[in-house]
Amino acid sequence: MKQFIGFLRKEFLHIFRDPRTMLIIFLLPIVQLLLFGKVINTDIQNSKIAILDQSHDNTTREITSKLMSSGYFVLGEELMPSDDVEDVFRKGKVKMVVTFGTNFEQTLERDGKVDVQLLADASDPNTARILTNYASGIINDYVKKEKLKNIELPNQINTEVRMLYNEGLKSVYMFVPGIMAMILMLISAMMTSISISKEKELGTMEVLLASPLKPIQIVLGKVTPYLLLSFVNALTIIIIGVFIFGVPIKGSFFLLMAESFLFILMALSLGILISTVAPNQMVAMFISVLALMLPTILLSGFMFPIENMPLPLRIISHAMPPRWFIVIIKNIMLKGTGIMYVWKETLILMFMAFVFIALSIKNFKIRLE
Amino acid sequence: MIIMIPLLQMLVLVFAATYDLKNVNIYLVDKDMSSTSRELASKLDASPFFTINNTSFNPDDGEKAILDNKDHMVLVIPQGFERNLIRDDKASLQLLVNAIDGQAAQLGYSYAASVIRDFNKNIIAEWKGLPEFNPPYQINAVSRFWYNSELEYKWYMAPGVLCILVTLIGLFLSGMSLVKEKEQGTIEQLNVTPIRKIQFLAGKLIPFVVIALFDLSFGLLIAKLVFHLPVVGSLWLVFGFGMLYLLGILGLGLFVSTLADTQQQVMFVTYFFMMIFILMGGVFTPVDSMPHWAQIVDEGNPIYHFIRVMRMVVLKGSNFGDLIHEFIAMSIIGITFLSLAVLRYRKTA
Amino acid sequence: MEKVIEVHNLVKKFGSFVANDHLNFDVFQGEIFGFLGANGAGKTTAMKILCGLSSPTSGQVKVAGFDIYKETEKIKRNIGYMSQKFSLYEDMTIAENIRFFSGIYGISPKNRKEKQDKLLKDLDLESAKDSLIGSLPLGWKQKLAFSVAIFHDPKIVFLDEPTGGVDPITRRKFWDLIYEASDRGITIFVTTHYMDEAEYCNRVSIMNEGRIEALDTPDNLKKQFGAKNMDEVFLKIARNVE
Repeated sequence: MKQFIGFLRKEFLHIFRDPRTMLIIFLLPIVQLLLFGKVINTDIQNSKIAILDQSHDNTTREITSKLMSSGYFVLGEELMPSDDVEDVFRKGKVKMVVTFGTNFEQTLERDGKVDVQLLADASDPNTARILTNYASGIINDYVKKEKLKNIELPNQINTEVRMLYNEGLKSVYMFVPGIMAMILMLISAMMTSISISKEKELGTMEVLLASPLKPIQIVLGKVTPYLLLSFVNALTIIIIGVFIFGVPIKGSFFLLMAESFLFILMALSLGILISTVAPNQMVAMFISVLALMLPTILLSGFMFPIENMPLPLRIISHAMPPRWFIVIIKNIMLKGTGIMYVWKETLILMFMAFVFIALSIKNFKIRLE
Repeated sequence: MIIMIPLLQMLVLVFAATYDLKNVNIYLVDKDMSSTSRELASKLDASPFFTINNTSFNPDDGEKAILDNKDHMVLVIPQGFERNLIRDDKASLQLLVNAIDGQAAQLGYSYAASVIRDFNKNIIAEWKGLPEFNPPYQINAVSRFWYNSELEYKWYMAPGVLCILVTLIGLFLSGMSLVKEKEQGTIEQLNVTPIRKIQFLAGKLIPFVVIALFDLSFGLLIAKLVFHLPVVGSLWLVFGFGMLYLLGILGLGLFVSTLADTQQQVMFVTYFFMMIFILMGGVFTPVDSMPHWAQIVDEGNPIYHFIRVMRMVVLKGSNFGDLIHEFIAMSIIGITFLSLAVLRYRKTA
Repeated sequence: MEKVIEVHNLVKKFGSFVANDHLNFDVFQGEIFGFLGANGAGKTTAMKILCGLSSPTSGQVKVAGFDIYKETEKIKRNIGYMSQKFSLYEDMTIAENIRFFSGIYGISPKNRKEKQDKLLKDLDLESAKDSLIGSLPLGWKQKLAFSVAIFHDPKIVFLDEPTGGVDPITRRKFWDLIYEASDRGITIFVTTHYMDEAEYCNRVSIMNEGRIEALDTPDNLKKQFGAKNMDEVFLKIARNVE
């Protein structure tokens, strides 16, 4: 035990002596979470649009003010008929141009219908789609409330919608689980693999192996500090998520912690596995970044829904541990489900951890022989 | 390596990063079991976005399916739906949406709502024996999507991913290569030779500019061939800005390398700043949705300018006049990074 | 004299490649035993087996009186090891390194304190106690690494090319440390490819292509091969094999 504590002290010295390592371990999680929570937003608000009103009557003015008061749009520019819309888009100042033709209100009164053109800059297709959706929703709403309020329409289907688990449709609900998976992967897998390969590179690993320490003690000694740090980070992320961004924990906190622990163990074993394969720190680093970070961000459903990806990527995503962890966290935190709804994912993570450990032991034995 | 990595990145990133909505699974709870309710269900199922995955008579089963991540939405058609619709002229449907991914939920709901609206119009026309039903007042919002009428998300991602790629190559390679010299002690040897520092730095950095520009052209070619990315604007403009951008990025790489002693440290520091630059640069999410202060901070973020220019030129054909602001901003950033790097470098080596 | 290492028909194969082909030798208590050979001759492989870092394919080996197959743990308590690279942590101070390695070998804090003071005094490093290893010159690092490797008074210390990349004067000083340790009764097992260092050993064995081609005192070897110095001995053996 004394040996072990001495080992831990040494590992912490390594970590605390290098400010760049500290940067990654302590600052990165917080900066990322704050960025995602406060800055990176897929929620549309205050998008700049332009209005080209060739009619200037009551209806067009009312629609314009409805659009502007919705919170989604702000008026970037008022266009004249002589202005070139193309030019406005090319300068990239506004995202959408709402165009009312001449005699707008008259046409509506006379024919019962009129078109309003929503020209969107679809070089960002997602924003374009959302903006046009919102605008046409607001216009429909206006017609219903102002123009049709005294008229009974026949056979109306009314769709009542309930947004479950995230009524405010906040994107931070998506990001907190994703960032947790990413940071735990980074610290557990990448940092351990680097720190073990460092001992190999420096020749100290042989000295340790030739000492009375058993290999298992060495591995545990290398891994435990990162286990602790990962746990601290997981807690920090949850605390920031809950208290600053108002993400709920509907399910059992204990289960959440237990699942995080499992994920950390899995990531640590992956880190050990990488270090048995990589001859030096640089290779360990590259494997970690290429094989872990990019897939964690892209193929885990963290930012982009997996169902929408092409089939080959969907298949690959099954092998990504964070994918399963993110499902587990979302279920426990946001939906409030118990183990009954995540046992499959839990088993998969256990299985992955087991495979990584088995492979590491096998590689380690080959090296010793 | 130089060919494979960009290729892989382009293909994986661009295919994976999509908000396009397909395959929304609906759990149907049809308690009405009328011909109208059945017709509505088959309308939804026939739309390209939705699949009716499961049905039952118990809404609780539907919620369970959402908890289990099997389905995204539950549509509840209450008993007496058809009767109410005919007798009272109105009837309600309930739609429960898993909103953890708020954006997908919003989009899914608006698609479903529009399918239901069309269905509604059709049945009114049918029941009244009209060719088409229109309310007395109607304002049609006609949407036109410029530059990307099919809303092909890959066209949006490809230029962004290319920017990341070029940045990664420029930043990592330049930072690493100088620290490597430092680690091996060769930099001290160079410092005693008659080569001037500026010449030495130029000699080190120019190959990376060439590699990065090569990858840029290669990536554009892949995007054109694989994703049919239209390149509307002038390539001269793209590469001109690319050169300017790379000078700044290499300056940054050089600066980082003066702060670090080992390659690993360079990796850590670079990783940290890359992460922030990329996330704030608007690759995945629009900069317009960011708070005002973040948009101001972004003026100093090289990736933000590069991505903006790439998208504007490639997709919209913006010309030099449209981009003067970006050119000026990028020049200031580039000069700042380069002078910082040269100053630090003089002191340390 | 007591035998501290006994090697009998040691064979080590990697697949079909034979790295150690039936090695036989003994090392006696307090001896400086030079283990020579060109790169790739198999000396590092053999040494790793003796330290318990690797297991043999066949043969009997005893180190410090313990069996290599069954009693590795006991062996590890009784040996010290210094690898080619300096095996101290650069981002830790001298005192922190000593504390760490003493902890591994179970040396009590009181004991450690006394020995540490003596060690620093002998090496004239008292003022550098709290300096990071990384800031020390190469020669100092080497001496320290050796002193740390024998800090727990092992029966045998294994040195894997300990003087690579150091100038002749520093090397000479390093050998003074080795003699001191040997005088204290510690057996030294050292691999090297510097032939002048072979002269400093009590006995040397010369390996070639996995086999031990010669084993005797340097003087006897020179006589046996009719050579002026160990360099010639070495060249003659290499030529004979071809």
